[in-house]
Order: sequence, then structure tokens, then C-alpha cells
Amino acid sequence: MRAFARTHPVWAGLVAIVIAVLLWMIFAIWPDALSDRIGSKKIFLNALFNGITLGGLYFLVASGFTLIFGLMRNVNLAHGSLYLLGGYIGFFVADITGYWLIAFPVAFVVVGFLGVLMQVFVFRRIEGQDLRQTLVTIGISIVMADLMMWSFGGDFFNISPPSWLSGPMETFFVTGVKRSSGELIFMKYPMVRLVIFAASVVVGVGMWLALNKTRIGMLIRAGVDDRDMLSATGARIEWVFVGVFAFGAGLAGVAGVVGGTFQSVAPGEDIRFLLASLVVVIVGGMGSIPGAALGALLIGLAEQFGSVYFPTYAVVLTFLIMVVVLAFRPQGLMGKA
Amino acid sequence: MRQPYLNTLSTLALIAAGATSVQAASHEGPVKIGVLATLEGTYTALGEDGIRGLEAALQEADNMAGGRAIEVIVASTDTTPDSAVRAARKLVEQDQVDIVIGPLSGSEGIAIRDYSKTQPGVTFINGISGAMETTYVTPSENFFRFNIDGAQWSAGLGDYVFNEKGYKTVATVGEDYSFIYTQVFGFATEYCAAGGEITDRFWVPLGTKDFGSIIAALPDDVDAIYLGLGGGDAVNFLNQYQQAGGEANLIGGTIMVDGTVLNSQGSAKEALVGVPSSGPQADTWDDPRWTSFVQLYQETFPESERFPTPSLFATGYYNATLAVLQCMDTVEGNLGEGQAGFRDCLSNITLEAPNGTITLDENRQAIGTNFITEVVQLDDGTLANQLVATKENVNQTLGIDKAAFDAIGLPSRDTPECKTSY
Repeated sequence: MRAFARTHPVWAGLVAIVIAVLLWMIFAIWPDALSDRIGSKKIFLNALFNGITLGGLYFLVASGFTLIFGLMRNVNLAHGSLYLLGGYIGFFVADITGYWLIAFPVAFVVVGFLGVLMQVFVFRRIEGQDLRQTLVTIGISIVMADLMMWSFGGDFFNISPPSWLSGPMETFFVTGVKRSSGELIFMKYPMVRLVIFAASVVVGVGMWLALNKTRIGMLIRAGVDDRDMLSATGARIEWVFVGVFAFGAGLAGVAGVVGGTFQSVAPGEDIRFLLASLVVVIVGGMGSIPGAALGALLIGLAEQFGSVYFPTYAVVLTFLIMVVVLAFRPQGLMGKA
Repeated sequence: MRQPYLNTLSTLALIAAGATSVQAASHEGPVKIGVLATLEGTYTALGEDGIRGLEAALQEADNMAGGRAIEVIVASTDTTPDSAVRAARKLVEQDQVDIVIGPLSGSEGIAIRDYSKTQPGVTFINGISGAMETTYVTPSENFFRFNIDGAQWSAGLGDYVFNEKGYKTVATVGEDYSFIYTQVFGFATEYCAAGGEITDRFWVPLGTKDFGSIIAALPDDVDAIYLGLGGGDAVNFLNQYQQAGGEANLIGGTIMVDGTVLNSQGSAKEALVGVPSSGPQADTWDDPRWTSFVQLYQETFPESERFPTPSLFATGYYNATLAVLQCMDTVEGNLGEGQAGFRDCLSNITLEAPNGTITLDENRQAIGTNFITEVVQLDDGTLANQLVATKENVNQTLGIDKAAFDAIGLPSRDTPECKTSY
């Protein structure tokens, strides 16, 4: 960081100013002039928090996608279907057992197992053939979408979180001062979103640690860098592939449960999340976990701030970010050239 | 010399053959009906129930119309105008249907009206799309709408929430497209005329999943919030609204409290109990026309493949099909002379529909009954719309003088202004 400041003093200064302004906007009590111009602080804080928590969900979906791509160069366009399947499984498990938490491991295992089947029966046979993989996975996603529509119908499923998670909680962020008594008003924020965000941070950090500090992580990183050389050293690369595919698919399943809890599960969500993870991964850099986190955060924030401050163009904003990144850094923010 | 002669002859022969086959098709053989419904995207569940309404009507008539068998071809749309036109093109130009029933969603309706002008040989009967412009602005000769539009669906609601519920200020949240503009238009003209005030109007893109920031931006100091959302968007909003601890009074747009939302899985819908709304039907209406339609719907489909009672989409498609069947019987299956007799019948029919008597005005737009309702929990735990009041003979200008109505402007994000007289 110090090196960066030394080589790019202007950029470092700008970044420092932006961070300072942001911190001031988060913690200070806004003067009336500012509230009049851009709306109340409550709206701003909520958009910020929602953007970050939505980014958490996008990260869960996109990290599996990027991991699979990074290692195997597989563009798995059926990733959205895995997400949707996870959501349906989560709903029925939570509904039947009555325990929301059980939905996560079940969705992870079932969808992960499906990932294993896909790797063994589909991808292994068409290894290294990009176009064929793309077409086959699009085909799989259409078939899966129709099968799910056939078995679950077109209804909207929404997974109810347990009672200790539903409803809002009071945070220590001040949104304003009561005119009459001078008391501080604290922000209320949905509990479930905070928990889900915390969980995605844990998953993200866990993945980073596993990749960088463990032997398996070393194998995977070696595979990302040079697959042929790794297999030449005698590593059982097929097993690494299967494991990574299962893990990435499982994460998509878990993300489905999360998405079903604070949004809803319905036909069409598969395409939406596939698109979201494609955008996230393109912005963040193909194959990079920190890139997926950064991209997810950017896209989540763009969506939420867009929806409040310029609703008409909210949809465009996401793609604008993608265009800018592709124009100036085509390999993605954290991608390797 | 011989070559051109042969060519001319064969062309003539082809034309003659074509003409006779068209002639034959308009009198006998099966009549082809194309159906447009949203079977993809946010409104999938709505489109599916629309199709159920159509099938119920066809089964009731033993799949016969005017002595001819009916052949149905369904084409799927996804609420976007271009998907609707693409599907209609396929039905008309490829499958050569005689009649098109549909579409379902507001902006699709406007696009299909325009498309219908390019296909004067085919009759279009609206499914349940409810944008005002569809029949009010540059209406099409061969486009008929047997459902009242989104503004008519709001008739009576503004008055009710202001005078009976006592909500003096309201903010609106709606999906950003023509049908919801029309709904808010109908609500606002009546509510503001009664003396209410609309403080903010929020518009979100159709298909919004994360409403967190919109919910935070809702004002705290209004008496109630009007929700013009449908399908998955409505469920997502309610879910996140509960999680954010929202406690404001709600007012439902028509598709916000429709069966498709009231029967969704999960607890999100419980936020709707007690919410006043209005629309072209009330689930608990005891009129025999309605109860027998509910019975038909329930008998036609097994319990697992339908809603407990028909949604307004089923009713809309049922009514459209009913009009087709009755007029086919009147003209005894004769769709000749550019379907003139058939269209004449449609224009003048008095349709005894499950949700009240429907007639058409000079723009081929329905004049019918509107229902003011409130969401209640029934004994079996399901939610339904309970009848509060009916408003009969609601026309497209909502009882306002046509010149004054035109002066308000067409529904849009900011139109109508909120004022006490129009």
C-alpha cells in the first residue's frame, strides 16, 4: 500500500479523499442542506447496506462460477440452473423439516453431487472444446429449467427464515436527530440480510484461506496456472477437477437457498443469476476469487444506488460498469493479463 | 412465347387454388385459434392461469364453435412488447390462425393492437392486458377487449380508502410500465378528487428482485402506501418489507392482491391481510354467474394444478373465449367476408360473464363491473379477496366527461397530476 502511494501519489490521494468522504457520510449526522439535495441519510445508508448484502449473494453465486472457470476453462452456462435447483431444494427441506439451517448442507450436497455428475458425464468428454461446452451447457440449462418448471410449477417460492432472523434489528448507525426531543434515530436493518452477508464473508475468507494455505489449494492454484505441467508431476488432476466442480456447484446451491430467503425462487431466476455472475466475473476478472468479491460488491452497489437515485437508468448502470471495465481493463479488475 | 404463357397460367392456377382454399377454410373445417400468454418470466404463473380460463371455456363448449371443431395453438410471451409481436407473427403468418386471443400484459396489448392493424383478416381479442392506450388511442378495427382496463379496475378504490379508511396521504410504488401507470391513473383521479394527496410516486423496473433500498426510501409520514406490483415482484417486495419491519397501511393494486400472489408459497403474503384493493372480480362474490364459473374452474382442473379459485387472468381469458364461442355460434361458424359478421356480433354482444355483464363501447373496449375488495384469511387458511362493494357500468373515461378526460393526458409516471377536480 505504501509502495502504491509512492508510485501513484495522485491516485492514492484521490482514493483517500473518497474513503474519507464515504466515512463521513456513514457516521456523521447530515446537515439539512445535504439531505435536501440527495434525500435523507436513511435512504443512503440503506442503499449502501443493501448493495453490500446483495453483493454478498452475487459473490456466493459467482465465486463457484469463477473457480470452475479458472481451473478448468469451462464456461458452465448451466450455473444459474444449479442456483435455482438449490433454491427449490432449500424451500422443501426447510418446509418439511422446519429447520432453515438444514437447508444449506442439503442444498450444498445435492447440487454438489449434480455437479460431480456433470463433470464426469459431460465435461470430461468434451474437455478443451470451448464452443461445444458452451452449447452443451446452454442445452442443459434449458432442459433443467423445463424439468423444474414441470415439477415445481411457475409459482413463487419464498423460504421463510426462522423467527430469530426475521424482522429488523437496531444498528448503531445514526440516521438523524428527532426534531422535537433531540434524540438520535438509529437505523433499523433486516437481520437476515446481515447474517447472510456475514456468512458470505466467512465463505469468501474460508475459500481464500483454503486456496492459499492448504495443500489442496496449492494443487488447485497450480492447476490454474499450468494444467499440463501439474498432471505431468503425477497429481490426480481429474480428482481435483471433480472436487472443484462439486464445490462450485454446491456453492451455487447454497446461494439458491440464500436467494430464496431474501428474494424468491421462481422460473427465470436461473437466467438472471447466470447473467449476474457473468457480469460479476467479467468485471472482477475470470478465475479470480478476490475479483469475484470486488465485482459482486460493485454490481450490488450499482444496482441498489441506481434503484434509489436514478431508477430509470438503474438497469443500464450495471452494464455501463461492464463496458468501462472491458474498455480499460479487458482482463477484469483483478484478472491476470 | 410458350414460356410466359405457361407461367401466367400456373400463376393463375395457384391464385385460384389459394382463393378456394381460403374460401373453404372460412366456412368449414376446424377453426384455428391462436393464444398469447406470458408463459415465461415474472408473469409465468399468471399466464398459466390465463390458459386455464381458456381451457375451461373450451371444455364447457366441448371444443366446438358454430358447428366447427376448435384447434388451439399457444404461443408464449414474456411481458415484453417484442416477444408478444414475435409470438403473434408466428401464430398469424406461420400457423395461419383465424382468431388470436391475448395478450396478457399491458405493454404487449399496445404492441398487438398495432400489429393487428397490419393483419385485417384476423380478429384479435384481448386476453387480459389492461393498458388504457390499447383501445383509447388509435383503436384498431379488428382488436376487441372484453375486460375493463387498469384505470377502470381502480374505480371506487380511491373514494373507499379516502372516505371509509381515512387515508389522507398516500405514496405509490409501481412497476415502471403502461399497465401500472393506468392503474395509478385510475386510483389518483378518484382519490385526489375526493381530497386525498399523493406525496411520492416510486417506479421500479418490471422484474425488480431487491426492493431493499426502495423500501428504505418510502416516506414514514404518509397514511398508506399504494402497491402496484405483480407476480414475483409483489412476493419479493412483501418478503423484504416484512424483514425490514415495515408497518405502514397498504393499498393493493389489482394484481398485487390477485390469486397468483395470495397463493404463493411462504409467509410473505401474510402482510396482505386486511389490505383494500379493487379489480374486475371478488373471490367471495355470491352471484350465481360467479359461483358457477368457480365450480367449472374447480371441476375442470385437479386441485394440484390450479388455484383454489380462478385468478382474474383465468376470468379474463375465459371471457374472451366465451365471446368468441358465442359469436361463432351466432354466425354459425362463418368467418367469410373478412369475418364481418363475426366482428359485428362481437361489437354488439352483451356478454353475461362470470364477473358481471359486459358490453363494448365504440372503441371495442369493455364497459363492465368493478369490485372493491379486502384481503381476508378464509377458514381453511388460504387468503382471498372479500367483496366490499361493486361499481357497475364503469366506462373507460371513468364517468368523467370525455373532453375533460382527454385534458388529463395519457397515463405516465407523472400523469395525472393530483388535484381535486378534473
